[in-house]
Formats: sequence, structure tokens, C-alpha cells
Amino acid sequence: MKQKPTLGEVLQAKGVSRRGFLKYCAATASLLALPPAMVPRIAQALEAARRPSVIWLSFQECTGCTESLTRSSSPTLEGLIFDSISLDYHHTLQAASGEAAEAARHAAMEENRGNYLVLVDGSIPLGNPGFSTIAGISNVDMLTETVADAAAVVAIGSCAAFGGIPGANPNPTGAVSVSDLVTDKPVVNVPGCPPIPTVITAVLTQFLTFGQLPDLDHYGRPRAFYGQTIHDRCYRRPFYEQGRFAETFDDEGARKGWCLYKLGCKGPITYNACATVKWNQGTSFPIESGHPCLGCSEPDFWDDGGFYRPVSTARIGGGAAFGTAVAAGAAIGVAAAAMSRRRQQKTIKEG
Amino acid sequence: MSAPNPFGESPRGNVEPILNEVMHALDRLLDDGEATVIDLGRLPFGPGEIEELEGQLGTGEIKARLDALGASRIRETIYPGVWWLDHYNTAGELAGRYIEITRVPDILTSQEADIAAGRARLHELISRSEETALQ
Repeated sequence: MKQKPTLGEVLQAKGVSRRGFLKYCAATASLLALPPAMVPRIAQALEAARRPSVIWLSFQECTGCTESLTRSSSPTLEGLIFDSISLDYHHTLQAASGEAAEAARHAAMEENRGNYLVLVDGSIPLGNPGFSTIAGISNVDMLTETVADAAAVVAIGSCAAFGGIPGANPNPTGAVSVSDLVTDKPVVNVPGCPPIPTVITAVLTQFLTFGQLPDLDHYGRPRAFYGQTIHDRCYRRPFYEQGRFAETFDDEGARKGWCLYKLGCKGPITYNACATVKWNQGTSFPIESGHPCLGCSEPDFWDDGGFYRPVSTARIGGGAAFGTAVAAGAAIGVAAAAMSRRRQQKTIKEG
Repeated sequence: MSAPNPFGESPRGNVEPILNEVMHALDRLLDDGEATVIDLGRLPFGPGEIEELEGQLGTGEIKARLDALGASRIRETIYPGVWWLDHYNTAGELAGRYIEITRVPDILTSQEADIAAGRARLHELISRSEETALQ
């Protein structure tokens, strides 16, 4: 097998200066939530890193996760594809189709046996194999065959990580997550609907840089991005502490940017990095745009009692009076925040 | 219309702590020669906060533009030793934003590998000129 060039060799061949490379490493450190002091170590590791082969499988999904990745800003997608990884199979993005595409997948598996990454978006239907097929191959068969010699699997998006919308009640296709099926390989869950693009690239970059996967939480999510709740890092948090809430989407509280808890914000129970990494090249995130967090990176968010009901009422089926819900909600919010802090402290101690 | 300030008339949440962090970093730079980098990309800034921080630090005597894998805007603030760095990728998107507390940001100094590559190019140029002169 021909050995793939190192990233250092690729960049050198492209005439990228050392300054450019150091800049790339600084962006990588930021992406991985590592301290800037790590930049020299990242530079050393990246210079010697060889492009890992990546096979991307899309099952019961809406292509939103691929859309998210193709809008990833740092590193750019073209940089990611051509410099950092070798994307050998992605049936939405690749030019080949049918037998040629499947041949490319098999060739990548053969050439990189034991070393390639499998990325999956979409859930896998077990109700009937015919519900979702690619080239006549059922999703479950394709997944089983492809991960057999993989180094690790990354479940991109809430559908692959938790079953997502296809798995929502009544789950007509019998949709399951990747980790329901893959139990003998490391599986990293990168949930979100879609996930933040930089989080997707960060997981790949971590593997590329250090040859290992990131530290994960109890849902298999990278702690660097899913270690704190949206509420913990929300710039509207002071209003929550002051008890100042928007009651409707067009009242004074909404105009003044007060807390969206009463409008159903799931920030207190949702672990994700939207409040810091943000979306659209760091422009904003849903709460900054005046909309509550939907909790899309948590399991079963679609069935969690309603997007526009406060966490308290949503969790008890909407039966409580609204006034009671707010009081209870504040208590739950404070409890959730305390739990989150305890969890962070535990994480820090473990780390 | 700018987004509402969630802190009303009170100071914004992130600016003052960061200014304090910069001050302590200046202490370390002066006392021990230790440089500090603050990665602004990982902080939960509210609307308008980053602009306020940038405004508080201002623009000092030096401005530099770097063109390497996209543009970078680097400038010393009105506080000598405190540098503001914006790195953009090749698509012109912000890839990183940092405050460096140092005498000169490392990325502005000529790098060993680049110096060696430049010397090789210059050597080749001189060799070609000499060959041409001999013909």
C-alpha cells in the first residue's frame, strides 16, 4: 500500500509557510478547546500526521449534518478534505455512484484496514431492511460490514447518536442509533440537529492530531464540547438569576433580551457548545436570535413534551398551571445548574 | 439596530474580567518575562461585548497584516505589550481571535523553516545568475 503523505509534507508541497502552519495549529488548538500553550505540541503532531481515510455513511437522515459540515469554517471543508482527511466515500458529495461508489468504499476499507474512521449520519431502521437501502444494501448490513475493520465510529447528529427524529414516537421504522448496533468499537456521539460544524471537524482533527479520540461523557459525547449546559454559558443567564423572563415572543422582556425559560428554553438541561462556539462562523446561536434552545443534542428531544413549554411543564406532560410551572421551573433550573456544576467539578477531578 | 444589552445599564459580563486578566498577564510579562495568550473564541460573549472589549483596548502604534493561509490582522493595542490578533482562513472567515500579552507575537517573527527555505531560494537565484553570466 502506498503510504499517504504527512500533513506537513502536503502543506510544504503547497508552499504553505511555517507562519501559515502555526496559524493553522493555533486555530486547531482553539477548535479542540486546548490551551494556546499546546500549539507547539500540536504543530509537532500535525507535521507527522498522515491523512486518515474516512468513510461517511448516510442512513435515515435529512442531509442536514452534511450541510452543517460543508459550512464548517475552520478548517475549511476543502482544507479538511484535501489536507487533513481522505474522504473516500460519501454518497452525497462524491462524483461516483452505484457500483463505482461501492467499489471505492471497499477499496478504502481494504487499503486502510484497522485504521479508517467511519462517520455515520442518520439512524438505522430495523423494522424492515427495505425502509432504507443504498445500492440495494440495507443500512444495517452496510454499517456492519463497514465498521468491521474500522478504527472507530463517529455518529454525527442526533439521529445517528440517539435515533433522533426517525426514532421519535411511534418510531415507525424501528430506528436505532449507531451505538445500539456497534458495541465492539469506540463510538463517539456528536449529537445535534444538526451538530455544530466545528464540533464535527474537531473530533476528526483530534484523531488526526493525537491519533486518539476525545474524552467522552456518559452519552459518548466529547466533553470539550458537551461538558456544560447551554444555560451555564448563556449570556442571558443573569436575567434568569434575576427572575426576568420573556413571557411572549413580542413582549418587553423579549425585546430587552431577557431569559427565554418561560418560552420553553431547554438550555438548563441541554449539554452543547452553542453559547460559546456559536453558528454561522461565530455569528450567534438560537437564544441570541431570540429563540429558546430546543435541546436538540439530548436523547429523545423530539418527544420531550413540547418545544415551547418550560422545562418543568414539558417534563410532567404539560398538566401543571403555567404560574406554578414558572416557580417550579426556576427551582429546576437552579437544581440543574447545581447538578451541572457538580458534574463539571467531577469532570475536572477525573480529568 | 444592535441587539439588546442584557446587562442594561450595568457593565457587561465579560469585558471587565478579561481586562483584569490582561492586567495580571502584564504583571507576569514585566516581572518574569512570561507571555500569555487569551483565546477569545471559547468565551460566551453576548451581543456587542467583543466590540466593547476591542474598543477598550484600542489601537496602538503597530498594525501588521499577515498573508498565510488567509489573512491575519495583528495590532498592538494602546497598552504596549498587549496585542490583538484576528486570524482568517482562506475563505475569509474568522478562524481565531486572540489577545497576546507579549513583546512581539511569535507569528510575526521570521520562522527558522521559512528562513532556511528563503535562503535556499536565494542561493538558487544567485547560482542561476552566475550561470547566465558565464554563458
